[in-house]
Amino acid sequence: MSALLSPRVLRGLLPPLSLAALLIAIFWLQPRTMSYFGLNLLLNLAVPIALATIAQMFILCVNELDLSIGGFVSLVACITATWLHDTPLLGIAALVGLIVAYALLGALIHIRNLPSIVVTLGMSFVWLGLAVLVLPTPGGKAPEYIRSLMTLKPSLVPFPIIASVVIAGVVHLFLMRSAVGTVLRGAGGNPRSLERAGWSLLKIKMSMFALAGFFGVLSGMALVGLTTSADANIALRYTLLSIAGVILGGGEFVGGRVSPIGAVIGAMTLALAGSFLSFLRLNPDWQIGAQGAILIVVLALRVLISRSEAKR
Amino acid sequence: MKRLASLLKQPWLWAWGGALAVWLATAAYTQGQGSGQVLSAALTFGAFFVIVALGQMFVITLGPGNVDLSIPACMTLAGTVSMKAMEGSGAMLPIGLLLALAVGLVVGGVNYTLIRLLRIPPIIATLSSSFIFQSAAIWWNRGLRVKPPTALADFATAKVAGIPVIAIAVILLAACGHVLLTRTVYGRSVVAIGQNMRAAHLAGIKVERVRAATYMMCATLAGLCGFLLAGFSGGAALNMGEEYLLSSIAVVVIGGTSVAGGFANVPGLWGAALFLFLLVTMLNTMGAGAGLRMVLTGLIIIGVIVAASGGKRRT
Repeated sequence: MSALLSPRVLRGLLPPLSLAALLIAIFWLQPRTMSYFGLNLLLNLAVPIALATIAQMFILCVNELDLSIGGFVSLVACITATWLHDTPLLGIAALVGLIVAYALLGALIHIRNLPSIVVTLGMSFVWLGLAVLVLPTPGGKAPEYIRSLMTLKPSLVPFPIIASVVIAGVVHLFLMRSAVGTVLRGAGGNPRSLERAGWSLLKIKMSMFALAGFFGVLSGMALVGLTTSADANIALRYTLLSIAGVILGGGEFVGGRVSPIGAVIGAMTLALAGSFLSFLRLNPDWQIGAQGAILIVVLALRVLISRSEAKR
Repeated sequence: MKRLASLLKQPWLWAWGGALAVWLATAAYTQGQGSGQVLSAALTFGAFFVIVALGQMFVITLGPGNVDLSIPACMTLAGTVSMKAMEGSGAMLPIGLLLALAVGLVVGGVNYTLIRLLRIPPIIATLSSSFIFQSAAIWWNRGLRVKPPTALADFATAKVAGIPVIAIAVILLAACGHVLLTRTVYGRSVVAIGQNMRAAHLAGIKVERVRAATYMMCATLAGLCGFLLAGFSGGAALNMGEEYLLSSIAVVVIGGTSVAGGFANVPGLWGAALFLFLLVTMLNTMGAGAGLRMVLTGLIIIGVIVAASGGKRRT
């Protein structure tokens, strides 16, 4: 019994428990959400946020921080709603180019030993500017296949839940269970020893950034699939949401300690926080504030757990 | 010769050189027309950048992970609270100013408490608190735009011999900041903590006290900036702080302060602030659209950082 409730387990359980608590509160406030249709509506927008959070997680895993992911997802959304819809080949080329750009960004940060906060800050201007160039006024149209994928209605379990489980599962298997994933995480834990063991840190950083770019692209496409049209500012808040999501899910800022499953859960918690507030009939002015408050409460709980761990 | 060599090593040189180059390029493009006005506008807007960047610089100097992301929310909250309290009456001006500073002080206090109690990285602490402050500002403001007192608007837009008064005031403020950084125990403690927190602690520096003071000072300066900016732009708007999140960090770093902490300089702040504003003006004059302007701004910021850092990875 004591092993079951050890601080380590408790810390791991914290993200799912916070999500469950939030869900129960929502069900209690508005029982009609406890249905296929209700869950679908509640969790729809959590899918792109979860993908962006996974992208941020790859960056955090190698001890960097990406302040440009929101602008990047916006740009992807704009490209998806215009080029990918009108001229698919050009659209695909552009999206692949963006992933390559991310990998090169990782290389630049590593080779010149630059602070990632500042470089990605600059890149956020670049992505946003490109998004404005691609789509000066809100509009565009989502490609039909993305639209139909995002609005799938499988029987029994709503699509957002299936999508979240698949995303979390696939990334978990790759990053936490495979040999390659262990090496990639090692670059965050102890870069020097990895380098001495013969791995190229440059290649690792580039792969991690490319993976982040890949999930950023997925996030933008998923977002357009839901909203059907795009706008250059559509995903700017994802930058902060994604960082908060990783941390909520139990990730740390340094040391390569991240959790893909936790990150997806963290993203869903943040996405639900908004709905929770509106069901509470609380003043909509406090919507953003509530997300901050939830973040602080979860972090406070984590500190309490760590303290009890230290006491043993 | 030796002097020249040491001058070339100054970290703020890049920012000032960049600002000068951009200004000259703009002047050459317009054949000198209106370059005086451009400079005057740059001094005004640069002044607002420098106020927040000064606080951000001390915070960043504390070491890796120390960044205040709550600056925009703090500016907005201080702006709305003070404008609403004054309701356009000039007699209430001192109270409004005090309120704005008090809001900043409280914001800084909350930020530090979160960092200390929850033992979380400052980025996350200030990020989550900024959500709450932003909400508080929305709630307090209710979409109204209260006009600032005329005296405040006059001060924020006044000029002496073509030089904006606010720029002169902020140059003095920056000078104080320089003295604070280089000549006081507090300033040297901040730098020492940034270089090695443990060594600083063992050397007898009250690390936590210095950190608390730094976060409170940063937020108070943000409050001051929100107050002045609201006066300058005819009232507090909910998005008034938006661009200051990125700019405050960019100005500090382009100004030659190390992002890794432990190394700061004040003159670079003014150089970088002027550089950023003049850069946008130059792109505007040359007829670049909003999108192209942002792309080039971003690329040039990165370019400056790549050029200024020059440090190869240590192994």
